[in-house]
Amino acid sequence: MTPRQDAPPPLWSDQRLRLRKRRAIALAWILAAAVLLIFLITIVKLGGNVAERSF
Amino acid sequence: MSAPDILACQAPSQEADLRDFVLLMKPNVMRLALFTGFVGMMLSPTIPHPVMGLAALLFMGLGAGACGALNMWWEHELDAKMPRTRNRPIPSGRMQPGEALGFGAFLAVASVAAMGLFINYLSAALLALTIIFYLFVYTIWLKPRTPHNIVIGGFAGALPPVIGWTAAAGALALEPVILALIIFLWTPPHFWALALHRQEDYAKAQIPMLPNEAGEKACRAQLALYSLLLAISALSPFFLGFSGWVFLGGAVLLNALLLHKALRLWRGSEGAMPGAMPFFFFSILYLFSLFALLLADRALSALGIL
Repeated sequence: MTPRQDAPPPLWSDQRLRLRKRRAIALAWILAAAVLLIFLITIVKLGGNVAERSF
Repeated sequence: MSAPDILACQAPSQEADLRDFVLLMKPNVMRLALFTGFVGMMLSPTIPHPVMGLAALLFMGLGAGACGALNMWWEHELDAKMPRTRNRPIPSGRMQPGEALGFGAFLAVASVAAMGLFINYLSAALLALTIIFYLFVYTIWLKPRTPHNIVIGGFAGALPPVIGWTAAAGALALEPVILALIIFLWTPPHFWALALHRQEDYAKAQIPMLPNEAGEKACRAQLALYSLLLAISALSPFFLGFSGWVFLGGAVLLNALLLHKALRLWRGSEGAMPGAMPFFFFSILYLFSLFALLLADRALSALGIL
């Protein structure tokens, strides 16, 4: 798809795209940290119960 | 939408930086909430596993951040009228109001849900109460209507030590309620000092703060009265038996400084408010120090030194 001819001139400067990229990378780190946190919480909550479960 | 389409779209006037999202969460307020919450947690009879304790503090911090973001979303037009708040992310044009609303709403729901799922339902309910009270009762209802906005609104800011305690112990007790009472009584003099210094700003934004509505003299008298009530309540951890002599010694010293500054402000001359901002900054130091003393006292007795 090509840009519309009557569209206003693009306002997305390199600086703004850089800021967007920075935000996207930060969000990726936050999501990775959330995964790690939930994993750690799960392990702590399970505690020794995993080893003691009856089969 | 393909990349050229996105590039051809009309973009908002500016792009919010990461820093703006941090500012939206009012990091200074969050720091105080986290610290008092941490002290509440450490004073409880059950010390949580470090991972669970850190997680509970993180969820509490995110809840406090939600309060800040939702407050800035609701008040962005007022913020634009006051020099102190004019440079916040929304009035400065760096962020759209919708972005702040979305961010704040997400934080609110996520923090309460995580607190309920991973810590306990009581702490989640208290966190939800804090956010709802701060946004609907304080920000939307009381703040633009009554000069007592900050007196009642202080309830939201007083809850973090209670949440910290319940996150660790799983139940309520008298001790965290006393900690909440101290913060509740600390809030009015703290904000009235700022309101005395920024009277013109609040008048411009038409926020009915006490100095604008009741006059400077009445506000300074109320400030001194609340400081006295605060000083009395600040000693209660010792007299109720959950803190020792180290705390009492420090609290008496802090109280003497607080009352000295409050009296000076009360008896000061009309017009210029040279003592207002020093009192404002001292009040922050006062609360941090008081809670740090509680923590130190508990640590010393746990180590068997006291």
